[in-house]
Amino acid sequence: MNLILSRPNISISSLYVWQRHRDVFFKIWKTESLGIGLEPWIVILAMGFGLGQFVTLDSGEKYVQFLAPGLMAMFPMFAAIFECGWGAFMRISMHGTYEAILNTPASIEDITTGDILWGTTRATLNATYILIVLLILNHWTDAVNSPYAIGIVFVAILQGFLFSSIAIAFAALARAMSHFGYLFNIIVMPMFWLSGGFFPINELPEWAQNIAWFLPLIHSVELNRALLNGNLTLNMIGDFFWLAIVAIAFYAIALVLMRRRLIV
Amino acid sequence: MNIAINASNLSKHFGNIVAVDNINFSVHRGECFGLLGPNGAGKSSTIRMITCSSPLTSGQLIVHGLNVNNEQRSIKSHIGIVPQNDNLDPDLPVKQNLEVYARYYGLNKQLIRRRVEEQLEIFELSDRANSPIHSLSGGMRRRLLIARALLHNPSILILDEPTVGLDPQARHIVWQQLRQLTKNGVTQVLTTHYMDEAEQLCDRIIVINHGKILAKAKPQELIQQYVGNNVLEIQNFSNGIELLKRSLDFTIEYEIFGDKTNIYASDDNLLTISAKIKISNKSNLRKANLEDVFLRLTGRRLVE
Ligand SMILES: Nc1ncnc2c1ncn2[C@@H]1O[C@H](COP(=O)(O)OP(=O)(O)O)[C@@H](O)[C@H]1O
Ligand SMILES: [Mg+2]
Repeated sequence: MNLILSRPNISISSLYVWQRHRDVFFKIWKTESLGIGLEPWIVILAMGFGLGQFVTLDSGEKYVQFLAPGLMAMFPMFAAIFECGWGAFMRISMHGTYEAILNTPASIEDITTGDILWGTTRATLNATYILIVLLILNHWTDAVNSPYAIGIVFVAILQGFLFSSIAIAFAALARAMSHFGYLFNIIVMPMFWLSGGFFPINELPEWAQNIAWFLPLIHSVELNRALLNGNLTLNMIGDFFWLAIVAIAFYAIALVLMRRRLIV
Repeated sequence: MNIAINASNLSKHFGNIVAVDNINFSVHRGECFGLLGPNGAGKSSTIRMITCSSPLTSGQLIVHGLNVNNEQRSIKSHIGIVPQNDNLDPDLPVKQNLEVYARYYGLNKQLIRRRVEEQLEIFELSDRANSPIHSLSGGMRRRLLIARALLHNPSILILDEPTVGLDPQARHIVWQQLRQLTKNGVTQVLTTHYMDEAEQLCDRIIVINHGKILAKAKPQELIQQYVGNNVLEIQNFSNGIELLKRSLDFTIEYEIFGDKTNIYASDDNLLTISAKIKISNKSNLRKANLEDVFLRLTGRRLVE
């Protein structure tokens, strides 16, 4: 009870934690930038044009047009979950990085928040980069059809925060690296397939569609789709609030679980 | 305010395990204070409460005049911590480890740069500034951990087993640096299960076992109080002790550990005894040390 009711103790230190992650990223960036940089090109070309040749959609869109909003939801989700899932688990359980930071004025909430903000940053960079690639290829893809597309950056921030919080809550519970199999197979992959990012889900049985509605990813895909096409609807308000509610809930859960994990 | 740390009726339980059992002690400013005890005695548990990493089960703990229950940020900004387990950041090279760590204390860029250079210099790591952490030797890592704990100029430095696992030469280098810190007026609290370390470094120590304090004093006082100047060590003597006792006109105290018997008495009496021991029982009259204190207090050896 104590754990839940105590006031979260957040300070400027969460920024210092974020800066630590940024510094590490700049270090590995030099060696990994080629892979990170090429990935969206390959995916868009392979899936959009390769796979796209075999797909015809009822709506008459090109497959790459259908796929684009999903890519800008799914890849940022993976980035956030990777940073705050595996990454945080190693920092908690294997390298003692959290223990070391806790010896400074930083609190557990600062560390958790700094990690989540960094996961959010990665997700946002990721979505922004895919948007840029799509813009460069837009002559062939026709995926970006409205200046509202810039709003995708904000969707990425919101869902980045959400998925980072989920991942860090999970990292606080995990006792072994292999437990991440559960996160991936039970939470991430079903969300991935049911997000309506790869194929339209309105052909699925109704119960599956109902479940899908509660999974946050589908709402990021819907928001991205509306922003890319420029046809804003009232549904977007529902999408936005559901993402925000789930994000806040999981942030709170992450704080509680991290306190439980780190206070002995 | 010449009390750096004050613990009263301090306890820590983990479920049914009583790790720290209602202990009282205080650390004076400027001294090097030792917690001496075998593995599992409760040293780290005590330290982790002081460093605000672990909540108290009961009692009161004041560090730098502040209560650990509600002034954690402030306390943590005044203390430096060298943990028992190496937790250097494996994702960053030596110098950046320090820079990033100094930032957690809110130091500005210029100050960080200066402090990091100074610490690398003092701990003789300047030429390894850009090395990855995994390429450092155990002694270098330990020095880097100490350097890291000193970046923000803490008034109290807390070290949990600062030389465990180091080779003798690396240990001596660390000792030298800790003595220098004492000279500079940095209060130190260290735990150790090495007798010689406590004797070498500490102004005062508490001996703890099973979470309780067995004795508390200056190392030399403890030795005088519980053992005396010297100890007579005799090999394979456990059968002869009764005979020896009957042949003496004074009483002695002794302890038997396996094939070794330790006899404690005044220096004159020890000489008398040593004259009576057969040459075939190898005997050795030597200076008493903290290990003997621990044996006297618990009837068992400290380092098993
Ligand atoms: N997190 C923990 N959970 C349960 N028991 C613990 C925990 N930490 C320490 N203990 C127990 O508390 C006792 C004291 O441990 P510790 O303070 O680490 O001793 P020392 O540092 O003197 O070796 C030991 O019996 C140890 O097993
Ligand atoms: Mg210990």
